[in-house]
Order: sequence, then C-alpha cells, then structure tokens
Amino acid sequence: MIWLNAVIQGVLLGGFYALLACGLSIMFGVMRIINLAHGDLAVLGAYVVWLLLSTYHVPLALAVVVALAVMLALGYLLQLAVLDRSLRSGVLTPLLATFGLSVVVQNALLIAFSPDVRSLGGDAGSLAISSWRLTSEISLPLLGVLTLAVAILVVEGLQAFLRRTTLGAQWRAASEDAEAARVVGIDASRIYAAATALAVAIAALGGIALALRSTFEPSAGPTQLIFAFEAVVIGGLGSLRGTLIGGILLGIAQALGSVVNPQYAVLAGHLVFLAVLAGRNSGLLSAARWQALRPRGGVTT
Amino acid sequence: MERLSAGHGLLQAVRDVSLELEAGQTLALVGANGAGKSTLLRSIAGVHRPTSGRIKLEGRDVTNIPAHRRVRLGVALVLEGRRLFPGLTVEENLRVAAATRPGPWNVEAVLEAFPNLRRLRRRTAGTLSGGEQQATAIGRALMSNPSVLLLDEVSLGLSPAAVDLVYGSFQKVRAQGSAMLIVEQDLGRALDVADRVVCMLEGRFVLEAKGHDLSYEQVTRAYFGLDRSVAADAQ
Amino acid sequence: MRVRRWTRTSGIFTASVGVVAVALALVPFNFGSDVIQKLTSLLILIILATMWNALAGYGGLVSVGQQAFIGVGAYATLYFAGQGIPPYVAMLLAALFSGLLALAISPFALRLRGAQFAIGMWVTAEILRILVTLNSSLGGGTGLSLIQLNQYDPIYQQAFTMWIALGFAVVLIATLFILLRSRMGTSLQAIRDDEEAAQSLGVRVGVTKRTLFVLAGAGCGAAGTVIIANSHFVNPGSIFSVQWTALIIFMVLVGGLGTFEGPFIGAILLFAIETVFSAGGAWYLVGLGATAAAFAVFLPAGIWGTVQHRLGIQLLPVGYYVEAVKPAKEGSAA
Repeated sequence: MIWLNAVIQGVLLGGFYALLACGLSIMFGVMRIINLAHGDLAVLGAYVVWLLLSTYHVPLALAVVVALAVMLALGYLLQLAVLDRSLRSGVLTPLLATFGLSVVVQNALLIAFSPDVRSLGGDAGSLAISSWRLTSEISLPLLGVLTLAVAILVVEGLQAFLRRTTLGAQWRAASEDAEAARVVGIDASRIYAAATALAVAIAALGGIALALRSTFEPSAGPTQLIFAFEAVVIGGLGSLRGTLIGGILLGIAQALGSVVNPQYAVLAGHLVFLAVLAGRNSGLLSAARWQALRPRGGVTT
Repeated sequence: MERLSAGHGLLQAVRDVSLELEAGQTLALVGANGAGKSTLLRSIAGVHRPTSGRIKLEGRDVTNIPAHRRVRLGVALVLEGRRLFPGLTVEENLRVAAATRPGPWNVEAVLEAFPNLRRLRRRTAGTLSGGEQQATAIGRALMSNPSVLLLDEVSLGLSPAAVDLVYGSFQKVRAQGSAMLIVEQDLGRALDVADRVVCMLEGRFVLEAKGHDLSYEQVTRAYFGLDRSVAADAQ
Repeated sequence: MRVRRWTRTSGIFTASVGVVAVALALVPFNFGSDVIQKLTSLLILIILATMWNALAGYGGLVSVGQQAFIGVGAYATLYFAGQGIPPYVAMLLAALFSGLLALAISPFALRLRGAQFAIGMWVTAEILRILVTLNSSLGGGTGLSLIQLNQYDPIYQQAFTMWIALGFAVVLIATLFILLRSRMGTSLQAIRDDEEAAQSLGVRVGVTKRTLFVLAGAGCGAAGTVIIANSHFVNPGSIFSVQWTALIIFMVLVGGLGTFEGPFIGAILLFAIETVFSAGGAWYLVGLGATAAAFAVFLPAGIWGTVQHRLGIQLLPVGYYVEAVKPAKEGSAA
C-alpha cells in the first residue's frame, strides 16, 4: 500500500515538475535555447505574487493573474532585447545570455527581498492543506491534484494550439526554418517573442505552484532547474506531451526512492534519468522503435 | 504598372547591378554557380541586406522593409532547395503562407494547378519526392498572390517530367499578370520561357537581351566569361 | 604559395609565454602569501577555462557538469591523503584518477548528443554530490579538511600549491597546444565543420572526442585538487555546484569560444572583476550577470574572437597561414 501511495504522490509531484518544465520545453522546442534562467524566472513569478499579496493586499487569485500578465510582458521583452540577438550568433551564445540573466535575477531578488525563506502556503488557506482521504494510507492533496490538472491543461492546450490552428502551424514553421518562414510572410521574430513570453509566464505558474506547496527564496531557482531539465530530456526534446510524461516519470522515481530512504529520493530520480538516456542511446532499440515509443505531441514532433 | 528596380553594391557576391522588371514579364537569370544569382534574389526578397543600393516595388522604396513584410507587398521567393517545413503537411505548408493580398490563389487553386498534390495534402512535407516538394514550394509562394515571383533553381534535382510540370504551371502564373524572375541552370528552358535574359558572372551582369534575340552560343560565351580578356581580370 | 605556421608575432608571443611561466614560478620567492594565494586562484580559473574551451570550443561538447571532475579531484585528494600518501603526491594521483574516471565513463557519455550530453553531465555531478553527502567517511554534507597539509609550514604550503597549480596549467595547456597543432587539430576543425562528412573521410571522430573528454576530465580534476589545497577545506555542496560551470561559461564565452587565447583573457578578466568588486556583494553579481548578457548581445564572439576577426592576428600559432609568394621574375626575391 505504501508503494501505491508513493506512486500516486509521485504522479502528483510529476505534475508539478511538468508544469515547471513546460516553459523550458517551449523555449527549446521553438528556439533551441537552453534557458539557464528558467528556474530563477519561476521564482520571480512567486515573488511578484508575494509582493502583490503582502504590500497591496490583493486577493490570491487576482495576484496570480496579474503576475502572469507581468511575466508575459517580461518574457516578450526578454526575447526582443536580449535573446533574439544572441540567437543569431550560434548555439552557445544564448547560454551566456541566460546565465547572465539568471545571476541578475537571483541577486536582484536578494537585494529587493532579502534572503528570507517564504511561502505562499499560508495565504492560500485551505487550498494548500486540504486533501481527500481515499484509504487509511492514501490521500490526495488538493494542491497536488490542482497542479497536475493545470499541467495537463497547459500541455494539451498548447498541443491543440500548435496542431489545430493556423497560427500554431506558423509557430511550428518558424521553429523549423526561420528563414523560410520569413520568406513566406511569417514574422519569425514576433513568434519567438510570443513563445518566450508564454514560456516565462508558464514558468511563473510553476514558481507559484512551488511557493504554494513549499517554500521559496532568491536562490531556489537552480535547485528546481535540474528537475525541469530532467523532465524535458526524459520526455524527449521538443515534445510537450513528452515533458508531461517525463515529469511524471521523474516524480514517480523520486517518490519510490523516498520510500526506500528519504535521502535517496532525488538520487533515484537522477539514476532513472541516466537509465533513460542510456537506453535511448545504446542502440539496443533501433531509432525507429524509440521514435515510435515517443509521445507524439509538441513543437517539432 | 509594376516595376521592380534594384541597384546593388554588395561586396563579394553582387557588384553594382541594376535591374528593372515590368508586370507580366519573365526574366531569366543565368550564370555559373557562385555568380551571385541567389544572393541577388535573396536581396530582392529581403532576406539578405544589400551593402548599398535600393529596391523599389511599384515605385515604393522597400529596401528597409523586412522580408516578411515584403511578402505582403507582393514579393514572393521560392528558396533554393525548396525549404519546405518538413514537419508540416502539404496543406499546412500552404496555409501558413500569408494570404493577405487579394488574388486568385488559395489552397484550392494551388491544388488545381498542381493536381499531383491533391492526394498528398495531408502528407508530411518531409516525405515527399523532389518534384512534389518543388510543386508545394511554388504553390506556397503563390499563396500570397505575389506581383513578383522569384524562383531560385527550381529544376535542380528534378526529373525532366517533373520540370515539365513545374514550367507548365508558369503559364497560369503569367496569365495572372505576375512578373517572374527565374534563376535557372538549364539554359534551354530559360531561353524558352523568358522574355528577357540576364547573364551573371562574378557578381556582374555581362549580358542582357531579349530572350528570342539570343543564340545559345551567345549566352554560353557570356556564361563562362569568354569575352573578357584574362589580363583585365588580373588585378 | 607557402603554408606557414609561425609568424613573427606568434613567435615572439610564444617565447614570452615561456618567460612568463618562469617568472610566475619565482613569485613565491619575492611576494607575500596573499599574492601567492591569489595567483593560485587565477591559475585555477585558467585551467578550468582552457579545459572547458577545449571540450566545447574545439570539440563541440558542451558540458554543464565539469564540476563532477572538479569534485572528484578534490575528494580523491582527500582520500589518497587519508591513506597516508603525501598530500602533494595525492594531488597528482587525484588528477590522474579524474582522467581515468573520464575515460571510464566516456563510452556512455560520448554517445549522448547536444542537450542530453550537457544535462547528463550535470546530473552525473549531482549524483556524485549526493553520494559524497551520504558518505560520512568523506565528511558527509558538512565537508572535510585536508588536515594532512598541516604538517607543512604555511608558507611552504602555499608555494607548493602554487607550483603544482602552475605545473598543471603548463602541462595541460602544452598538451592541448600540441594536440591542436597535430593531426588531431585538423580533425577537430573538420568535425566542427561537418561531423558526418569528416567521419566518412576517415577522421577518427571517436578517438578525437575521447581524447578531449579525458583531457578535460583530468584538467578539471587537477583544478579540484588545487582548490582543496588552496582552501584546505571542501564540502560537497560547493565543490560539485553548477556555479562552477556558470563561471566557466562566463570566462570562455566572454574571452572568446574556440580561440586558444580567449580562455586566458576570460579568466584574467573574471579574476580582475572578482578582486576589485567582490566587496559589493549582491550588486557585484548583478553587474557580473549584466556584463555576461551584454557580451552575449553585443560581442558574441568574445573579446579575443572579435579581435581576431578584426585584426586577423593569432598570438599562439595553432592554425595555418597561406601566404602568396610573388613570382621571382617580378623583381625582388620573396
């Protein structure tokens, strides 16, 4: 029973990882950018909500909406001002740019908000602590279920947008061949900016989820970042549904690991990650079989 | 009256050329590899920034207008190597092209002009044959109802039958009144279809004439630069 | 036409590099402990930057996890010293061990491409961090001191540490230099331009990449040994931290990725910035981050990359020059 509970909690944890990783997946899928500042932008989103709550006494739901709008604008500007130029200079330059951004955001938060550890759990009231008791050993925390639901909504929503709308097809076109897109009348730069805006806003959503379920502080970004990367890579780069599944797999691995020993949780996740990489690249299964196993869904698949 | 004029001073690829194209006219641009033909086409489309010079469309200076906006003004380029979006279906490739200009071309019209594409409309572009890809690429460019259609090496890598089909579709394009600038390696085809022929060599125009006035031999001489003395080049 | 490898500029410069190395070796005799320790820090940065540049700039392998080897170098030193081996010998052994570890994981690691490789290395570093944290014999989460150093007089400690750091730096850089001037250097260029084509022509892509990977592993391990010798103490959280990679990325990209001289400039620049501004705390870091972003936007080729592009000079001759030689009949001999 403990194991079943672990799997269930793992799935819910995975929903959180997937939400956190979604923005990363978008930026990589559309622009091949590895955003080292992703975790810090997520935490920034949490701080915006916290600021609205504590200084302006805005109700939580409204604060979240405002924060998302702010982060959307920030992401748009970020692409136009910084990332667009660095994209043209090769694959590694955006790494430098996002590294710089990461350091700036972390330390700006430190200066503005002090290193104190905070949480939004208190402000969320019953949202943060309610749960459904299924059996004596299994309970479903409301927040976890909500986070998973949001993650699925976001992923499927993006899927529908990319696959079923003309604008979505234009996004996919711009991500496959920016020059050919321009020559056909598609404003690739604007699409990239919109994609970044979306990615940053979704990252903020992940950060808010983090703040609600546990704590956050200025340097919390990088800790979460590696889990987001693991989710993206496990699920297959460029695939949004893959990120969702990757996040869930990671969550389950960590949850099962923690049943053995709480100190092994994160380690278990890392080992599963390496195992997936090893299997995928070992040539044991032919490339075609792996391709067939890969979830269809995302920017480039 | 539609006119496209361009005066360039591009270093290396295109040197100080000037060109005018009238509505409904077909101009063939020939020359060896590396002569600068692609660069010229890309500059006209706005993908490449000329070092100096101006490009005017219907009297309006478009030199500083980025490529994606030039499409709305009527310039469409079929890139060398087709460059379809491999993950998108044929129909999606057509639909993503901007359709903001009024005109006869839409998905249905394109499928009529290239009937072999009709049964392929839901196929992913990456799985098509060369000829099918070329047809899709041209159709995609036509979706914006251009007044000027630029075609870069459309016969490369295609079977003669496929090329026939492609050139056959040009009749329809001319009938709509669009001007066409065709870069072509196949001299025979170029001379056949063009009203005017321009030959490029090392970035410069070395021959300009009406298509039917020229003999094959004249073009070949210009193509290889046989009329220039060797000494004049050794600087 | 003539193909040359050395120009007068590069000849002069390479000679002066030799002079500089000797001068550095003499520093402990003329300067106080503060200078020696700072110099050692600079040497650590130079080693890390040149090694990562070898991997990423020349080999095309972007690793976000070289801190794995840095940590291995530090902890191996601790382990060997704990077994009774004299600490400075332990350092050499630890660097070697790092290289061997890189060799051992290379069959798996080098199969990974792009982001999988990058993140895979990072995860490897994290696994090592956790394993060390769980192992109390290595100090666990709180860390461990290299107490075996205390048997030496502090001034000697610092001098030896610096000399070993200098020795590591010289050996690693010389090895890289020789590799780049050898056939492997041309192979690397070919691989960089088009890996498939290079392989089809017989370029031994696997061996080439493996060599760089092992060199970088040993090099970062060497840096790790110097880090622990310089500060006497290490804890898993900091030595295996991804912050190392972040700083390395700054040095290499700001200095000029893929150039031989770039990493040196980047390391010196970072060192200078740290020395002058680190008192500024968080503000200093904001400035550092903004500088990194500014470089990415305005000077993506890095300082040396831009200089090289504009002026066409090379201070250390790893490339080739093609010179036009005037035909004899036009007068003066070439």
